[in-house]
Amino acid sequence: MTSLARPSSPISRVFEHRFVQYRRTFRASIFSSFISPMMFLTAMGIGLGGYVTNDAALGGVPYLAFLAPGLLAATAMQSATFEATFPIMGGLVWSKVFHAMYATPISPRDIALGNLAWITVRLTMISTIFSVVIVIFGAAESPLIVLAIPAAVLTGLAFAGPIAAFAATQKTPNKFAAIFRFGITPLFLFSGTFFPIGSLPVVLQGLAWLTPLFHGVALTRGLSLGTIMDDPIATAIHVIYLVTLATVGAHLMIRNFDRRLIR
Amino acid sequence: MSELPAPSLIHARGLTKRFGGFTAVDAIDFDVAPGESFGFLGPNGAGKTSTMRMIGCVSPVTNGLLTVMGMDPAKQGPLIRARLGVVPQLDTLDVELTVRENLSIYGRYFGLSRAEVSRRADELLDFAQLTERADDQVEPLSGGMKRRLTIARSLINEPTVLLLDEPTTGLDPQARHLLWDRLYRLKQRGVTLVLTTHYMDEAEQLCDRLVVMDKAKIVAEGSPRALIEQYSTREVTELRFAPGIAETLDGQLDGLAERIEHLPDRVLLYADDGESVVAAAHARGLQPEAVLVRRSSLEDVFLRLTGRSLIE
Repeated sequence: MTSLARPSSPISRVFEHRFVQYRRTFRASIFSSFISPMMFLTAMGIGLGGYVTNDAALGGVPYLAFLAPGLLAATAMQSATFEATFPIMGGLVWSKVFHAMYATPISPRDIALGNLAWITVRLTMISTIFSVVIVIFGAAESPLIVLAIPAAVLTGLAFAGPIAAFAATQKTPNKFAAIFRFGITPLFLFSGTFFPIGSLPVVLQGLAWLTPLFHGVALTRGLSLGTIMDDPIATAIHVIYLVTLATVGAHLMIRNFDRRLIR
Repeated sequence: MSELPAPSLIHARGLTKRFGGFTAVDAIDFDVAPGESFGFLGPNGAGKTSTMRMIGCVSPVTNGLLTVMGMDPAKQGPLIRARLGVVPQLDTLDVELTVRENLSIYGRYFGLSRAEVSRRADELLDFAQLTERADDQVEPLSGGMKRRLTIARSLINEPTVLLLDEPTTGLDPQARHLLWDRLYRLKQRGVTLVLTTHYMDEAEQLCDRLVVMDKAKIVAEGSPRALIEQYSTREVTELRFAPGIAETLDGQLDGLAERIEHLPDRVLLYADDGESVVAAAHARGLQPEAVLVRRSSLEDVFLRLTGRSLIE
């Protein structure tokens, strides 16, 4: 061990691997992180929003200001889900690079946490760019939009942990399409991103309350509109709900990485 | 098992691995001495890979004793892995990265500094004859190149022990010989090699000592030469008969050799002087379609020990 200095933790080395991978597609990725919110906010916020006149149900703000923070949280959810599925399957099944890491002093737990750390950084990049676009579009009503960035990251992590835990149990990506089709897309549409859930039938409202995206959207919107402290108890519930999901998800992810790699 | 003069680097007694009700490794004993080149020879499913994974500290021991460099894999896994080089059966390269990036990121997993990793990567690229491909992506490389990169990668931490699980399976003869040459050089430098193979020639080329595994157990142990002497004769005469003829031979070959094995496509006659067996067969009026006299190999040892060929 004499020549082996230990300047960094095992988790940071796993993170470094994801960073080296990312460096290859860095420019295209940053570009699309800008373009995608610009297109959405232009088409739906300005284009479609021009026809939305019932401002009262939206809290008395223009539709663009209502929609933008919702899309921020939804984008974090989608990005997190992508990062927690295919790259995890890649490391465990396709290229097997996680197996290669485990042959070194790095443990399965380090691999799980290093990937979560990377996902956190990715979500921070995406959410920051999205928030900048929101400000450029004049859709932020409050300087608290800055705090919508960590709120969106937390929303993403509430998805990333549990979904990565699931991905670590799979041998093929067949079920990932189902996650997007029956999980992510309905959440995207019915969790208050595009319209207040008050417009839904009562049964569906209850259901929407149970979904993590609803809580994420409530936080980012409350921050962007500056209404976050109107109902502090609800805000606390949103945060606790998302933190719990992210924490439980991370534990499950570590457990499943252990089961998969230590055989 | 005989006591070794040098303290053993890897020490196993009653080593057992079970997956549920299936026993992959059944109470095996072996020792590997420092600087030795040690092989596990056996067919697929004999338990070679499971044994290697236990030594590599990525698979918990079910039962028995295992120490690697004097340490306990259950308690000191990361410390042991820090001093091992591992060449898995299937390449685990990151095919999206370049050849050099694969080496440097792997060095980083061991906590080496960027400067150190870069210096070692240059040396290893040269050793693996991949310098010209250093900045190419891994994906389009040939099987032999990927294998050499995997071996180079396993050396980035300057390991005390190199574990190679079927290092040349699937490679063409030229690529295989190049790889053997590289492994031989490592051995010359004092690196302890532990390898699994189902190729006789590989075991004979690379191993000072080997164990033959079959059905989760060790069935023989020794140097390739000693095993051949113990379980086979100096030469083997292979007789190939026209289809249908072999079944009508009954007893016509008796007494021609010390031992006779009937394989589906040929008959093997074990004797110290193969040519005299051929002469005797001709004298009995037998007319084989093809005759081959060769030196005995580990393949013959395996056949003798298990009654089956190594590669079906």
